[in-house]
Amino acid sequence: MNAHLQPSGSAYFLAAETQKPERHTLSVLVDNEPGILARVVGLFSARGYNIDSLTVSETEHEKGLSRITVVTVATPKVLTQIKLQLERLVPVHKVHDLTAEGKALERELALVKVAGSGEHRVETLRLADAFRAQVVDATTESFVFEVTGKPSKIDSFITLMVPLGLVEVVRTGLAAISRGPEGM
Amino acid sequence: MAEQMTGAEMVIQALTDQGVEHIFGYPGGAALPIYDALFQQDKVQHILVRHEQGAGHMAEGYARSTGKVGVVLVTSGPGATNVVTPLTDALMDSIPIVVLSAQVPTPLIGSDAFQECDTVGITRSCTKHNYLVKSVAELPRVLHEAFHIARTGRPGPVLIDIPKDVQFALGTYYGADEIGTTRHKSYHPATSGDIAAIEQAVDLMLRAERPIFYTGGGVVNSGPEASEKLRELAELTGFPVTSTLMGLGSFPGSNPQWMGMLGMHGTYEANMAMHDCDLMINIGARFDDRITGRIDAFSPNSTKIHVDIDPSSINKNVRIDLPIVGDCGLVLEEMVRIWRTRTNQPRTEAIAPWWKQIEGWRQRHSLGFKNSDTTIKPQHAIQRLYQATRDRDVYITTEVGQHQMWAAQHFHFEQPNRWMTSGGLGTMGYGLPAAVGVQVAHPDALVIDIAGEASVQMTMQEISTAVQYRLPIKIFILNNERMGMVRQWQDLLHGGRYAHSYSESLPDFVKLAEAYGAKGIKCDDPGKLDAAIAEMLDYDGPVIFDCLVEKHENCLPMIPSGKPHNEMILPDFEDDIGAVIDEKGRQLV
Repeated sequence: MNAHLQPSGSAYFLAAETQKPERHTLSVLVDNEPGILARVVGLFSARGYNIDSLTVSETEHEKGLSRITVVTVATPKVLTQIKLQLERLVPVHKVHDLTAEGKALERELALVKVAGSGEHRVETLRLADAFRAQVVDATTESFVFEVTGKPSKIDSFITLMVPLGLVEVVRTGLAAISRGPEGM
Repeated sequence: MAEQMTGAEMVIQALTDQGVEHIFGYPGGAALPIYDALFQQDKVQHILVRHEQGAGHMAEGYARSTGKVGVVLVTSGPGATNVVTPLTDALMDSIPIVVLSAQVPTPLIGSDAFQECDTVGITRSCTKHNYLVKSVAELPRVLHEAFHIARTGRPGPVLIDIPKDVQFALGTYYGADEIGTTRHKSYHPATSGDIAAIEQAVDLMLRAERPIFYTGGGVVNSGPEASEKLRELAELTGFPVTSTLMGLGSFPGSNPQWMGMLGMHGTYEANMAMHDCDLMINIGARFDDRITGRIDAFSPNSTKIHVDIDPSSINKNVRIDLPIVGDCGLVLEEMVRIWRTRTNQPRTEAIAPWWKQIEGWRQRHSLGFKNSDTTIKPQHAIQRLYQATRDRDVYITTEVGQHQMWAAQHFHFEQPNRWMTSGGLGTMGYGLPAAVGVQVAHPDALVIDIAGEASVQMTMQEISTAVQYRLPIKIFILNNERMGMVRQWQDLLHGGRYAHSYSESLPDFVKLAEAYGAKGIKCDDPGKLDAAIAEMLDYDGPVIFDCLVEKHENCLPMIPSGKPHNEMILPDFEDDIGAVIDEKGRQLV
């Protein structure tokens, strides 16, 4: 229960939140050094921010840079704080709020395992084709599909696979980049 | 210049190159190679503490009183976990310290070895930055970078974890210049503020009718020049000045433009002026909740300028109209310069009605208290201590609680770096070790820890360090046999049910002082107080002064929870403090 709902006294004043939370994609350029992911994730947990999705990989090997794509849900005021707090971390070079800067390209990859027989297999392959999902593993009673696209497209594909014998799914989390000629 | 040496020798060499003269530490298995290197040199003096928390607070006191980086050396495991409190304290109050912690040898990391702990993991969120040095090749860069990061930008604590095998390993040492830490890949703190924004700020100041300077620890951190510039700007403009707990001393307590401290236990005039001003100029303060009170009623009609070196402080708690990201000293210098180009007059006439109003608030005498002939009032004790030390170069540290607020209210400072207190974290037990650190840096100065009997027992053992190094610190305990601030809040909010807020089985502080080889003085008579204080000041050595004071004195004035700045509890309300916050107020918070 939140403290401001409790009737007892407190040494702190808590104002009611008036802003609505928004979902934003942040791109964070960092030095690829030990502990950097822990610093970023620790910042989110320590300050009570949410992480909806997190993708990390080295992107510029010669410069030793990694790019972290993090999807978070927060009010505009907190989003500004998240960006500024991330920038305070010593190994962080830049933080861009891709959502605030315009419609960024967002893609995700999923591996989807479906088991079934007879008519279901035919229907599964037909739908996979419609979603441009590749078969990356097949047995007589199962398929593993590789599907990429916007998260909403992957959501739809997974929903369709449920009645056809969906076994399990793994998703990479979001990779995002801004449109147009400019980079970070 | 590049030279072959062991990791342990690099540590000492880097400290010497960074101008470090004193370090505070405690040896242990994993730190032995560094201690061996320390033993074989005489440039860096090591102060042996009694507990690693003490070492951390000593380094904080040292740093706060000199503007230099304080250095701590501890061993692995418990040595490292014991400095977590001072690290957090230094992070909250932006104090530059570097902590060198030893670690088990690299092949044993992760094996639950003896005295192993995940030091970088534990301290990640309580340092500005930290390092685990896995190879001696990285050590020189990390050592110099740590000092650079600790002292620049918004200062803060940096920890370097050095495994024992890295201390033994031979490598090539490079000095700070060869490494070029100032050309760091990603760390580039702001320095000077945006000129257009500073010009805009001066324009606002030239139009203001009810302005106020609200200054903070950033002015102290920026160096003595920043305080000089603040004084100059205040004189040029004629504006009133208030300060947070951390900023005390950056503006002289004797100046007629000084309003006293603001915030929860600030003066009536400072808080009223903050509430009613039309232009607030925040210089190096961070709108802490002890300052703002109820945020939705905080200074409702003012335009707010915020000068801060940390961009994340801006708009964090309070919406700012004109942010200026930069070093307080540099921004103040620019403000002075631009003001001079615009006018050569203070705004005396335009702000005369404002000063008249402030004078009216001052007449409430919000720091007043009923003195007594029979019992020592804690406020009176601090006033007498202040009067007795006015002609001395005096440094004050405090613990945390009522005595801390009374010290902030009744002891006045003319210079920065003379007031060392735990503001953000509120660490009981800070003051005694901090006083040791201050005295190490200023061997001839008068250093007094204004303490409470509860706080001081948290780090009491460091009196032994003071005795060992002949550091004549004075521990002035306002002994009310209560955790006074806890008791006050229990009266305010919990129907006077004093759950565990009194100090039972207190030691005899006089005998305790004597047992440590220090001097003990006890006083419970207002008539004998001045003589007892003189005896303390005359003694050439550490003293514990047990000043028995009124037990149920409340620390006033006070902004109670759920109230804005203009609804303070003043001393005349004191009789019914439990009734001040009504049911509705309690529902609010």
